[in-house]
Amino acid sequence: MAEQPIEPIHQFRITSLFDIGTFGGNGAEGSGTHIAFTNSALFMVLTVGLILAFLILGSQRRAIVPSRTQLMTEMTYEFVANMVRNTAGHDGMKFLPLVASLFLFVLVANLFGMFPYFFTVTSHLIITAMMALLVFLTVVIYGFYKNGVRFLKVFVPSGIPWYIIWIVVPIEILSFLSRPVSHSLRLWGNILAGHIVLKVFGGMVVALLAAGAWGVISVLPFVMAVAMTGLEVLVAALQAFVFAVLTCVYLHDAMHPGH
Amino acid sequence: MDPEAAKLMGKLIGAGIACIGMGGAGVGVGVIFGNYLTGALRNPAAAASQFSNLIFGFAVTEAMGIFSLVIAFLLLYAV
Repeated sequence: MAEQPIEPIHQFRITSLFDIGTFGGNGAEGSGTHIAFTNSALFMVLTVGLILAFLILGSQRRAIVPSRTQLMTEMTYEFVANMVRNTAGHDGMKFLPLVASLFLFVLVANLFGMFPYFFTVTSHLIITAMMALLVFLTVVIYGFYKNGVRFLKVFVPSGIPWYIIWIVVPIEILSFLSRPVSHSLRLWGNILAGHIVLKVFGGMVVALLAAGAWGVISVLPFVMAVAMTGLEVLVAALQAFVFAVLTCVYLHDAMHPGH
Repeated sequence: MDPEAAKLMGKLIGAGIACIGMGGAGVGVGVIFGNYLTGALRNPAAAASQFSNLIFGFAVTEAMGIFSLVIAFLLLYAV
């Protein structure tokens, strides 16, 4: 959409901050693997750094009467631990580090994206797809490691008559295989759509202000943009929670395949 | 009509039609939250324990709307 003066998808552009080099290839344009430190990588480093700083500062002085930072860290831990305990069960607690890492990374990356001019890491499908594939492969590998061949019972719901099983099993296999797709598309789509909507409303304000007397009604999209920003902060936290809860649900399947 | 304009028109109309799918997701999410509220008002003590089920159902339903939105974006920017 080159004819539009204000481009709502410009914010997702990945730019190289400094080049590391091109590896392999025959020297022609576009061949080989181009490796660079991009703005996406910068914000991933910032996200991990903030989480680390928060957790290390909070657990440094383990006082019986906690300080405010320690209290926040403990509440974060309790929140994730309760979520894992309620959805994945008690034996799912060994996956708490995985779920907590994914939850905190997605949450902080989403909230970072709400700052103007900040890059949103989770608005790129490759990032969310890799996280969803990590969860999917964890479920498959751990499921076969723990249950052996009995893991295949995940495709056969218990208590259905034998004459429906021939229809249900292919559907279950299909729904199992589409899990990483929907798991990654959900987070990506929500964040992408939300940010595009914000920029579209922002663009409306600019376009109306440039239109002379019609500038009076630019208040309407401005109010809408403010309201959408509030909604997007909610969506950012909610989608991180949803991503973590779905991880727990899938891990529960890996441990108890006969559902 | 020249082919480029026809292609652009098809892309825009197709993206608009793809967005109809989001209406179904809207109905589904409304049903989920409405029924949760009904159940929560009848038995407020059990409401908190079902919150993660609510979020799970919401996420699975909402994914359908996101899928149609993804199709719309694909038509607009990737085709």
